[in-house]
Amino acid sequence: MASASAESASCPKKLTLYSYWRSSCSHRVRIALNLKGLDYEYKAVDLSKGEQFDPEFEKLNPVRLVPVFVDGDVVVADSFAIILYLEDEHPQFTLLPRDLKKKALNLQVANIISSSIQPLQMLSVLNFIEEKISSDEKVAWAQRHINNGFTAIEKLLEGSAGKNATGDKVQLADVFLAPQIYVGVTRFQIDMSQYPTLARIYEAYAEHPAFQAAHPNRQPDAFPSSSQSC
Amino acid sequence: MSRASLNDGSHVVKSRRVLAVVFQTAMASDSKAMARPANLTLYSYYWSSCAHRVRIALNLKGLEYEYKAVNLLKGDQFDPEFEKINPLKFVPALVDGDVVVADSLAIILYLEDKYPQHPLLPQDLKKKAMNLQVASIVSSSIQPLQGFFARQFFEKKISLDEKLTWSQYHVNKGFAAIEKLIKEIAGKYATGDEVQLADVFLAPQIFAGVPRFQIDMSLYPTLARLNEAYAELPAFQAALPHRQPDAPSTS
Repeated sequence: MASASAESASCPKKLTLYSYWRSSCSHRVRIALNLKGLDYEYKAVDLSKGEQFDPEFEKLNPVRLVPVFVDGDVVVADSFAIILYLEDEHPQFTLLPRDLKKKALNLQVANIISSSIQPLQMLSVLNFIEEKISSDEKVAWAQRHINNGFTAIEKLLEGSAGKNATGDKVQLADVFLAPQIYVGVTRFQIDMSQYPTLARIYEAYAEHPAFQAAHPNRQPDAFPSSSQSC
Repeated sequence: MSRASLNDGSHVVKSRRVLAVVFQTAMASDSKAMARPANLTLYSYYWSSCAHRVRIALNLKGLEYEYKAVNLLKGDQFDPEFEKINPLKFVPALVDGDVVVADSLAIILYLEDKYPQHPLLPQDLKKKAMNLQVASIVSSSIQPLQGFFARQFFEKKISLDEKLTWSQYHVNKGFAAIEKLIKEIAGKYATGDEVQLADVFLAPQIFAGVPRFQIDMSLYPTLARLNEAYAELPAFQAALPHRQPDAPSTS
Protein backbone atom coordinates (compact mmCIF):
# COMPACT_ATOMS: atom_id res chain seq x y z
CA MET A 1 0.00 0.00 0.00
CA ALA A 2 1.25 3.50 -0.81
CA SER A 3 2.53 5.69 2.00
CA ALA A 4 0.15 8.25 3.50
CA SER A 5 0.20 11.75 2.04
CA ALA A 6 0.53 14.79 4.28
CA GLU A 7 -3.19 15.46 4.02
CA SER A 8 -4.28 11.97 4.95
CA ALA A 9 -1.88 11.96 7.91
CA SER A 10 -4.20 14.55 9.45
CA CYS A 11 -7.22 12.23 8.96
CA PRO A 12 -6.79 9.55 11.60
CA LYS A 13 -10.09 7.69 10.94
CA LYS A 14 -9.55 4.03 10.31
CA LEU A 15 -10.06 2.93 6.76
CA THR A 16 -10.93 -0.68 5.99
CA LEU A 17 -11.35 -2.34 2.64
CA TYR A 18 -13.12 -5.66 2.28
CA SER A 19 -11.62 -7.16 -0.84
CA TYR A 20 -10.81 -10.33 -2.71
CA TRP A 21 -7.48 -10.44 -4.45
CA ARG A 22 -8.89 -11.43 -7.84
CA SER A 23 -12.02 -9.25 -7.73
CA SER A 24 -11.58 -6.68 -10.47
CA CYS A 25 -14.06 -4.39 -8.70
CA SER A 26 -11.91 -4.52 -5.56
CA HIS A 27 -8.84 -3.97 -7.74
CA ARG A 28 -10.29 -0.62 -8.90
CA VAL A 29 -10.71 0.62 -5.34
CA ARG A 30 -7.23 -0.52 -4.33
CA ILE A 31 -5.78 1.55 -7.17
CA ALA A 32 -7.82 4.60 -6.13
CA LEU A 33 -6.77 4.29 -2.48
CA ASN A 34 -3.13 3.99 -3.49
CA LEU A 35 -3.31 6.99 -5.83
CA LYS A 36 -4.74 9.05 -2.98
CA GLY A 37 -2.04 7.82 -0.63
CA LEU A 38 -4.53 6.32 1.81
CA ASP A 39 -3.45 3.63 4.23
CA TYR A 40 -6.11 1.05 4.94
CA GLU A 41 -6.67 -2.26 6.61
CA TYR A 42 -7.18 -5.07 4.11
CA LYS A 43 -9.86 -7.56 5.09
CA ALA A 44 -10.02 -10.53 2.79
CA VAL A 45 -13.36 -12.00 1.77
CA ASP A 46 -12.66 -15.32 0.09
CA LEU A 47 -15.28 -15.57 -2.64
CA SER A 48 -14.14 -19.07 -3.58
CA LYS A 49 -15.10 -20.23 -0.09
CA GLY A 50 -18.37 -18.31 -0.02
CA GLU A 51 -17.28 -15.88 2.69
CA GLN A 52 -19.50 -13.23 1.11
CA PHE A 53 -22.47 -15.18 2.51
CA ASP A 54 -21.22 -14.82 6.07
CA PRO A 55 -24.01 -13.08 8.07
CA GLU A 56 -21.54 -10.51 9.45
CA PHE A 57 -20.47 -9.56 5.95
CA GLU A 58 -24.07 -9.45 4.75
CA LYS A 59 -24.81 -6.83 7.43
CA LEU A 60 -22.10 -4.66 5.89
CA ASN A 61 -23.26 -5.28 2.34
CA PRO A 62 -26.64 -6.93 1.71
CA VAL A 63 -25.64 -7.35 -1.93
CA ARG A 64 -22.91 -9.73 -0.71
CA LEU A 65 -20.24 -8.51 -3.05
CA VAL A 66 -16.84 -6.97 -2.61
CA PRO A 67 -15.52 -4.34 -2.40
CA VAL A 68 -16.89 -2.70 0.73
CA PHE A 69 -15.19 0.31 2.27
CA VAL A 70 -15.47 1.46 5.87
CA ASP A 71 -14.42 4.98 6.81
CA GLY A 72 -15.18 5.56 10.47
CA ASP A 73 -18.96 5.15 10.71
CA VAL A 74 -19.51 5.36 6.97
CA VAL A 75 -19.90 2.07 5.10
CA VAL A 76 -19.93 2.22 1.33
CA ALA A 77 -20.25 -0.71 -1.04
CA ASP A 78 -19.87 -0.87 -4.81
CA SER A 79 -16.65 0.25 -6.44
CA PHE A 80 -18.20 3.18 -8.26
CA ALA A 81 -19.92 4.52 -5.14
CA ILE A 82 -16.75 3.98 -3.09
CA ILE A 83 -14.51 5.82 -5.53
CA LEU A 84 -16.86 8.79 -5.85
CA TYR A 85 -17.06 8.87 -2.04
CA LEU A 86 -13.25 8.95 -1.90
CA GLU A 87 -13.26 11.85 -4.37
CA ASP A 88 -15.41 13.88 -1.98
CA GLU A 89 -13.97 12.83 1.36
CA HIS A 90 -10.31 12.45 0.39
CA PRO A 91 -9.85 14.88 -2.48
CA GLN A 92 -6.07 14.61 -2.76
CA PHE A 93 -5.09 13.33 -6.21
CA THR A 94 -8.45 14.02 -7.83
CA LEU A 95 -9.61 11.34 -10.23
CA LEU A 96 -12.21 13.43 -12.04
CA PRO A 97 -11.26 16.49 -14.07
CA ARG A 98 -13.05 19.82 -13.61
CA ASP A 99 -13.64 20.11 -17.34
CA LEU A 100 -17.15 18.69 -17.84
CA LYS A 101 -16.40 17.13 -21.22
CA LYS A 102 -13.37 15.26 -19.89
CA LYS A 103 -15.22 14.37 -16.71
CA ALA A 104 -18.09 12.91 -18.72
CA LEU A 105 -15.62 10.90 -20.81
CA ASN A 106 -14.07 9.42 -17.68
CA LEU A 107 -17.48 8.57 -16.26
CA GLN A 108 -18.55 7.00 -19.54
CA VAL A 109 -15.46 4.79 -19.77
CA ALA A 110 -15.88 3.74 -16.12
CA ASN A 111 -19.52 2.89 -16.75
CA ILE A 112 -18.88 0.95 -19.94
CA ILE A 113 -16.61 -1.25 -17.89
CA SER A 114 -18.81 -1.50 -14.81
CA SER A 115 -22.10 -2.05 -16.64
CA SER A 116 -21.37 -3.39 -20.10
CA ILE A 117 -18.29 -5.53 -19.59
CA GLN A 118 -17.54 -6.70 -16.05
CA PRO A 119 -21.01 -7.96 -15.02
CA LEU A 120 -21.18 -10.07 -18.14
CA GLN A 121 -17.88 -11.84 -17.52
CA MET A 122 -18.42 -12.55 -13.83
CA LEU A 123 -17.69 -16.08 -12.77
CA SER A 124 -21.32 -16.83 -11.86
CA VAL A 125 -22.52 -15.80 -15.31
CA LEU A 126 -19.83 -17.79 -17.10
CA ASN A 127 -20.50 -20.88 -14.97
CA PHE A 128 -24.17 -20.67 -15.92
CA ILE A 129 -23.37 -20.46 -19.61
CA GLU A 130 -20.91 -23.31 -19.38
CA GLU A 131 -23.42 -25.47 -17.53
CA LYS A 132 -26.36 -24.71 -19.82
CA ILE A 133 -24.60 -24.41 -23.15
CA SER A 134 -20.89 -25.16 -23.36
CA SER A 135 -17.41 -24.12 -22.35
CA ASP A 136 -16.71 -22.73 -25.83
CA GLU A 137 -19.82 -20.59 -25.70
CA LYS A 138 -18.74 -19.26 -22.31
CA VAL A 139 -15.43 -18.04 -23.67
CA ALA A 140 -17.03 -16.64 -26.83
CA TRP A 141 -19.58 -14.76 -24.70
CA ALA A 142 -16.94 -13.19 -22.47
CA GLN A 143 -14.70 -12.27 -25.40
CA ARG A 144 -17.58 -10.73 -27.30
CA HIS A 145 -18.53 -8.38 -24.48
CA ILE A 146 -14.95 -7.43 -23.68
CA ASN A 147 -14.14 -6.81 -27.33
CA ASN A 148 -17.31 -4.76 -27.88
CA GLY A 149 -16.43 -2.64 -24.85
CA PHE A 150 -12.76 -2.23 -25.74
CA THR A 151 -13.61 -1.33 -29.34
CA ALA A 152 -15.91 1.41 -28.09
CA ILE A 153 -13.44 2.71 -25.52
CA GLU A 154 -10.56 2.74 -28.04
CA LYS A 155 -12.71 4.97 -30.29
CA LEU A 156 -13.84 7.20 -27.42
CA LEU A 157 -10.26 7.86 -26.34
CA GLU A 158 -9.16 8.96 -29.82
CA GLY A 159 -7.95 12.51 -29.53
CA SER A 160 -8.07 12.48 -25.73
CA ALA A 161 -5.48 9.93 -24.63
CA GLY A 162 -2.10 11.17 -23.55
CA LYS A 163 0.25 9.22 -21.29
CA ASN A 164 -2.98 7.89 -19.79
CA ALA A 165 -6.50 7.31 -21.01
CA THR A 166 -7.86 10.86 -21.07
CA GLY A 167 -4.70 12.92 -20.88
CA ASP A 168 -1.37 12.85 -19.15
CA LYS A 169 -2.75 12.45 -15.64
CA VAL A 170 -4.12 9.19 -14.26
CA GLN A 171 -7.87 9.61 -13.90
CA LEU A 172 -11.02 7.59 -13.21
CA ALA A 173 -10.98 5.91 -16.61
CA ASP A 174 -7.52 4.47 -15.88
CA VAL A 175 -8.65 3.19 -12.47
CA PHE A 176 -11.38 1.16 -14.21
CA LEU A 177 -9.40 0.22 -17.30
CA ALA A 178 -6.37 -1.35 -15.62
CA PRO A 179 -8.25 -4.16 -13.84
CA GLN A 180 -10.47 -4.83 -16.85
CA ILE A 181 -7.59 -5.10 -19.30
CA TYR A 182 -5.76 -7.34 -16.82
CA VAL A 183 -8.72 -9.73 -16.71
CA GLY A 184 -9.17 -9.56 -20.47
CA VAL A 185 -5.59 -10.43 -21.18
CA THR A 186 -4.97 -13.02 -18.49
CA ARG A 187 -8.31 -14.84 -18.46
CA PHE A 188 -9.81 -14.37 -21.90
CA GLN A 189 -6.85 -14.01 -24.25
CA ILE A 190 -7.99 -10.67 -25.63
CA ASP A 191 -5.79 -9.57 -28.51
CA MET A 192 -4.70 -6.12 -27.39
CA SER A 193 -3.01 -5.37 -30.72
CA GLN A 194 -6.52 -4.43 -31.90
CA TYR A 195 -6.53 -1.65 -29.31
CA PRO A 196 -3.23 0.22 -29.63
CA THR A 197 -4.18 3.04 -27.24
CA LEU A 198 -5.40 0.64 -24.58
CA ALA A 199 -2.34 -1.55 -25.03
CA ARG A 200 -0.02 1.44 -24.66
CA ILE A 201 -1.64 2.82 -21.53
CA TYR A 202 -1.81 -0.67 -20.02
CA GLU A 203 1.96 -0.84 -20.30
CA ALA A 204 2.18 2.54 -18.56
CA TYR A 205 0.07 1.24 -15.64
CA ALA A 206 2.55 -1.59 -15.13
CA GLU A 207 5.22 1.01 -14.34
CA HIS A 208 3.13 3.00 -11.89
CA PRO A 209 3.63 2.23 -8.16
CA ALA A 210 -0.04 2.76 -7.21
CA PHE A 211 -1.13 0.28 -9.86
CA GLN A 212 1.66 -2.16 -9.03
CA ALA A 213 0.73 -2.23 -5.34
CA ALA A 214 -2.94 -2.88 -6.22
CA HIS A 215 -2.14 -5.85 -8.44
CA PRO A 216 -4.02 -9.02 -7.44
CA ASN A 217 -0.84 -11.00 -6.93
CA ARG A 218 0.43 -8.48 -4.37
CA GLN A 219 -2.57 -8.69 -2.06
CA PRO A 220 -2.41 -10.35 1.38
CA ASP A 221 -4.86 -13.07 0.27
CA ALA A 222 -3.23 -13.86 -3.03
CA PHE A 223 -2.21 -17.44 -3.71
CA PRO A 224 -1.08 -18.71 -7.07
CA SER A 225 -3.23 -21.83 -7.26
CA SER A 226 -6.60 -20.01 -7.12
CA SER A 227 -8.70 -20.06 -10.26
CA GLN A 228 -11.59 -18.06 -8.84
CA SER A 229 -12.25 -14.46 -9.72
CA CYS A 230 -15.11 -12.15 -10.32
CA MET B 1 -24.97 18.63 -34.23
CA SER B 2 -27.50 18.81 -36.99
CA ARG B 3 -31.15 18.42 -36.15
CA ALA B 4 -31.65 16.26 -39.19
CA SER B 5 -32.56 12.61 -38.79
CA LEU B 6 -29.77 10.13 -38.53
CA ASN B 7 -30.22 9.19 -42.13
CA ASP B 8 -32.54 10.22 -44.87
CA GLY B 9 -34.17 6.85 -44.90
CA SER B 10 -37.04 5.59 -42.91
CA HIS B 11 -35.33 4.50 -39.72
CA VAL B 12 -35.33 7.57 -37.56
CA VAL B 13 -38.59 9.23 -38.32
CA LYS B 14 -39.89 10.13 -34.91
CA SER B 15 -37.89 13.06 -33.74
CA ARG B 16 -39.56 15.99 -32.14
CA ARG B 17 -38.84 18.59 -29.55
CA VAL B 18 -40.16 17.48 -26.21
CA LEU B 19 -41.30 20.39 -24.16
CA ALA B 20 -40.31 20.05 -20.58
CA VAL B 21 -43.24 20.08 -18.27
CA VAL B 22 -42.60 22.59 -15.54
CA PHE B 23 -42.93 20.53 -12.44
CA GLN B 24 -44.27 22.57 -9.61
CA THR B 25 -42.63 20.51 -6.94
CA ALA B 26 -39.23 20.55 -8.64
CA MET B 27 -39.22 24.29 -9.24
CA ALA B 28 -40.66 25.20 -5.87
CA SER B 29 -37.91 23.35 -4.09
CA ASP B 30 -35.16 25.05 -6.07
CA SER B 31 -36.48 28.50 -6.82
CA LYS B 32 -33.10 30.10 -7.39
CA ALA B 33 -32.18 27.77 -10.28
CA MET B 34 -34.64 28.18 -13.11
CA ALA B 35 -34.06 25.84 -16.06
CA ARG B 36 -31.26 27.28 -18.18
CA PRO B 37 -31.81 27.34 -21.90
CA ALA B 38 -30.16 24.22 -23.22
CA ASN B 39 -29.73 22.70 -26.64
CA LEU B 40 -30.07 19.08 -25.77
CA THR B 41 -30.68 16.04 -27.90
CA LEU B 42 -31.47 12.67 -26.40
CA TYR B 43 -31.05 9.48 -28.41
CA SER B 44 -33.53 7.08 -26.90
CA TYR B 45 -35.73 4.09 -27.51
CA TYR B 46 -39.11 4.11 -25.85
CA TRP B 47 -38.77 0.90 -23.84
CA SER B 48 -35.05 1.14 -23.07
CA SER B 49 -34.94 1.32 -19.28
CA CYS B 50 -31.55 3.04 -19.46
CA ALA B 51 -33.01 5.78 -21.65
CA HIS B 52 -36.03 5.92 -19.32
CA ARG B 53 -33.71 6.91 -16.44
CA VAL B 54 -32.33 9.86 -18.39
CA ARG B 55 -35.80 10.99 -19.46
CA ILE B 56 -36.83 11.14 -15.80
CA ALA B 57 -33.71 13.12 -14.88
CA LEU B 58 -34.25 15.61 -17.72
CA ASN B 59 -37.87 16.07 -16.69
CA LEU B 60 -36.99 16.57 -13.03
CA LYS B 61 -34.53 19.28 -14.02
CA GLY B 62 -37.08 20.93 -16.29
CA LEU B 63 -34.86 20.53 -19.33
CA GLU B 64 -36.24 20.70 -22.83
CA TYR B 65 -34.69 18.31 -25.33
CA GLU B 66 -35.06 16.95 -28.81
CA TYR B 67 -36.00 13.28 -28.82
CA LYS B 68 -34.26 11.20 -31.47
CA ALA B 69 -35.55 7.69 -31.68
CA VAL B 70 -33.16 4.80 -32.22
CA ASN B 71 -35.18 1.69 -32.98
CA LEU B 72 -33.22 -1.14 -31.40
CA LEU B 73 -35.41 -3.84 -32.92
CA LYS B 74 -34.75 -2.52 -36.41
CA GLY B 75 -31.02 -2.14 -35.74
CA ASP B 76 -30.82 1.67 -35.87
CA GLN B 77 -28.03 1.43 -33.31
CA PHE B 78 -25.76 0.00 -36.03
CA ASP B 79 -26.21 3.04 -38.23
CA PRO B 80 -22.71 4.56 -38.79
CA GLU B 81 -23.99 8.01 -37.84
CA PHE B 82 -25.23 6.72 -34.51
CA GLU B 83 -22.01 4.82 -33.96
CA LYS B 84 -20.18 8.16 -34.11
CA ILE B 85 -22.42 9.37 -31.27
CA ASN B 86 -21.96 6.19 -29.23
CA PRO B 87 -19.36 3.64 -30.36
CA LEU B 88 -20.89 1.13 -27.96
CA LYS B 89 -24.08 1.33 -30.01
CA PHE B 90 -26.48 1.59 -27.09
CA VAL B 91 -29.02 4.15 -26.03
CA PRO B 92 -29.19 6.54 -24.31
CA ALA B 93 -26.80 9.14 -25.64
CA LEU B 94 -26.99 12.88 -24.98
CA VAL B 95 -25.69 15.70 -27.10
CA ASP B 96 -25.28 19.11 -25.44
CA GLY B 97 -23.54 21.46 -27.81
CA ASP B 98 -20.11 19.99 -28.35
CA VAL B 99 -20.44 17.53 -25.49
CA VAL B 100 -21.53 14.01 -26.42
CA VAL B 101 -22.09 11.59 -23.54
CA ALA B 102 -23.44 8.08 -23.52
CA ASP B 103 -24.31 5.70 -20.70
CA SER B 104 -27.13 6.71 -18.40
CA LEU B 105 -25.10 7.17 -15.21
CA ALA B 106 -22.46 9.24 -16.99
CA ILE B 107 -25.18 11.33 -18.63
CA ILE B 108 -27.04 11.94 -15.39
CA LEU B 109 -23.89 12.89 -13.48
CA TYR B 110 -23.05 15.29 -16.32
CA LEU B 111 -26.53 16.82 -16.00
CA GLU B 112 -25.97 17.17 -12.25
CA ASP B 113 -22.91 19.32 -12.87
CA LYS B 114 -24.17 21.34 -15.78
CA TYR B 115 -27.80 21.83 -14.70
CA PRO B 116 -27.81 21.75 -10.91
CA GLN B 117 -31.51 22.58 -10.49
CA HIS B 118 -33.34 19.81 -8.66
CA PRO B 119 -30.10 18.13 -7.55
CA LEU B 120 -30.27 14.36 -7.64
CA LEU B 121 -27.42 13.74 -5.23
CA PRO B 122 -27.56 14.84 -1.59
CA GLN B 123 -24.79 16.83 0.06
CA ASP B 124 -24.57 14.31 2.88
CA LEU B 125 -21.82 11.89 1.81
CA LYS B 126 -23.41 8.82 3.38
CA LYS B 127 -26.71 9.43 1.60
CA LYS B 128 -24.91 10.33 -1.60
CA ALA B 129 -23.00 7.03 -1.46
CA MET B 130 -26.25 5.16 -0.85
CA ASN B 131 -27.83 6.74 -3.93
CA LEU B 132 -24.81 5.86 -6.04
CA GLN B 133 -24.84 2.31 -4.71
CA VAL B 134 -28.51 1.79 -5.55
CA ALA B 135 -27.93 3.28 -9.03
CA SER B 136 -24.96 1.00 -9.49
CA ILE B 137 -26.81 -2.12 -8.35
CA VAL B 138 -29.50 -1.40 -10.93
CA SER B 139 -27.12 -0.44 -13.73
CA SER B 140 -24.47 -3.12 -13.13
CA SER B 141 -26.03 -6.01 -11.22
CA ILE B 142 -29.57 -6.10 -12.57
CA GLN B 143 -30.17 -4.40 -15.93
CA PRO B 144 -27.20 -5.74 -17.95
CA LEU B 145 -28.08 -9.28 -16.96
CA GLN B 146 -31.75 -9.02 -17.85
CA GLY B 147 -31.44 -6.52 -20.68
CA PHE B 148 -32.87 -7.24 -24.09
CA PHE B 149 -29.72 -8.57 -25.72
CA ALA B 150 -28.87 -10.90 -22.83
CA ARG B 151 -32.43 -12.23 -22.91
CA GLN B 152 -32.30 -12.75 -26.67
CA PHE B 153 -29.11 -14.75 -26.27
CA PHE B 154 -30.53 -17.04 -23.58
CA GLU B 155 -33.77 -17.57 -25.43
CA LYS B 156 -31.93 -18.46 -28.62
CA LYS B 157 -29.28 -20.66 -27.03
CA ILE B 158 -31.25 -22.28 -24.25
CA SER B 159 -34.99 -21.75 -24.02
CA LEU B 160 -37.75 -19.27 -23.33
CA ASP B 161 -38.27 -20.68 -19.83
CA GLU B 162 -34.59 -20.47 -19.04
CA LYS B 163 -34.54 -16.87 -20.20
CA LEU B 164 -37.35 -16.00 -17.80
CA THR B 165 -35.78 -17.89 -14.89
CA TRP B 166 -32.45 -16.19 -15.49
CA SER B 167 -34.00 -12.73 -15.63
CA GLN B 168 -36.16 -13.31 -12.58
CA TYR B 169 -33.17 -14.52 -10.61
CA HIS B 170 -31.18 -11.35 -11.24
CA VAL B 171 -34.07 -8.96 -10.73
CA ASN B 172 -35.09 -10.67 -7.50
CA LYS B 173 -31.53 -10.77 -6.22
CA GLY B 174 -31.07 -7.07 -6.92
CA PHE B 175 -34.45 -6.06 -5.51
CA ALA B 176 -33.86 -8.09 -2.34
CA ALA B 177 -30.54 -6.33 -1.82
CA ILE B 178 -31.94 -2.86 -2.47
CA GLU B 179 -34.95 -3.52 -0.20
CA LYS B 180 -32.53 -4.34 2.63
CA LEU B 181 -30.36 -1.32 1.88
CA ILE B 182 -33.10 1.28 1.86
CA LYS B 183 -35.66 -0.16 4.27
CA GLU B 184 -34.44 1.89 7.24
CA ILE B 185 -33.66 5.11 5.37
CA ALA B 186 -36.50 5.40 2.87
CA GLY B 187 -38.97 8.21 3.36
CA LYS B 188 -41.52 9.23 0.75
CA TYR B 189 -38.85 8.15 -1.71
CA ALA B 190 -35.93 5.77 -1.72
CA THR B 191 -33.45 7.65 0.45
CA GLY B 192 -35.61 10.28 2.10
CA ASP B 193 -38.42 12.65 1.27
CA GLU B 194 -36.94 14.03 -1.92
CA VAL B 195 -36.64 12.31 -5.27
CA GLN B 196 -32.98 11.48 -5.79
CA LEU B 197 -30.70 9.42 -8.03
CA ALA B 198 -31.80 6.12 -6.52
CA ASP B 199 -35.40 6.84 -7.53
CA VAL B 200 -34.36 7.76 -11.06
CA PHE B 201 -32.78 4.32 -11.42
CA LEU B 202 -35.37 2.33 -9.49
CA ALA B 203 -38.49 3.53 -11.28
CA PRO B 204 -37.56 2.19 -14.74
CA GLN B 205 -36.19 -1.06 -13.32
CA ILE B 206 -39.37 -1.78 -11.37
CA PHE B 207 -41.48 -0.69 -14.33
CA ALA B 208 -39.61 -3.02 -16.69
CA GLY B 209 -39.20 -5.87 -14.25
CA VAL B 210 -42.62 -6.29 -12.79
CA PRO B 211 -44.79 -7.01 -15.81
CA ARG B 212 -42.10 -8.56 -17.97
CA PHE B 213 -40.69 -10.96 -15.39
CA GLN B 214 -43.71 -11.33 -13.12
CA ILE B 215 -41.83 -10.17 -10.06
CA ASP B 216 -43.83 -10.52 -6.87
CA MET B 217 -43.52 -7.04 -5.39
CA SER B 218 -45.15 -8.12 -2.13
CA LEU B 219 -41.68 -9.47 -1.31
CA TYR B 220 -40.34 -5.91 -1.49
CA PRO B 221 -42.80 -3.67 0.38
CA THR B 222 -40.58 -0.58 0.32
CA LEU B 223 -39.98 -0.86 -3.42
CA ALA B 224 -43.68 -1.53 -4.02
CA ARG B 225 -44.61 1.60 -2.08
CA LEU B 226 -42.04 3.67 -3.98
CA ASN B 227 -43.36 2.37 -7.29
CA GLU B 228 -46.80 3.71 -6.42
CA ALA B 229 -45.33 7.05 -5.37
CA TYR B 230 -43.48 7.39 -8.70
CA ALA B 231 -46.72 6.84 -10.58
CA GLU B 232 -48.04 10.09 -9.07
CA LEU B 233 -45.15 12.28 -10.18
CA PRO B 234 -45.49 14.23 -13.45
CA ALA B 235 -41.75 13.97 -14.21
CA PHE B 236 -41.95 10.20 -13.97
CA GLN B 237 -45.25 9.96 -15.82
CA ALA B 238 -43.95 11.94 -18.79
CA ALA B 239 -40.92 9.65 -19.03
CA LEU B 240 -42.92 6.42 -19.27
CA PRO B 241 -42.24 4.32 -22.35
CA HIS B 242 -45.73 4.50 -23.80
CA ARG B 243 -45.63 8.32 -23.64
CA GLN B 244 -42.60 8.59 -25.92
CA PRO B 245 -42.79 9.74 -29.54
CA ASP B 246 -41.59 6.35 -30.82
CA ALA B 247 -43.96 4.22 -28.76
CA PRO B 248 -46.21 2.17 -31.02
CA SER B 249 -49.75 3.38 -30.89
CA THR B 250 -51.02 -0.06 -29.92
CA SER B 251 -48.42 -0.89 -27.22
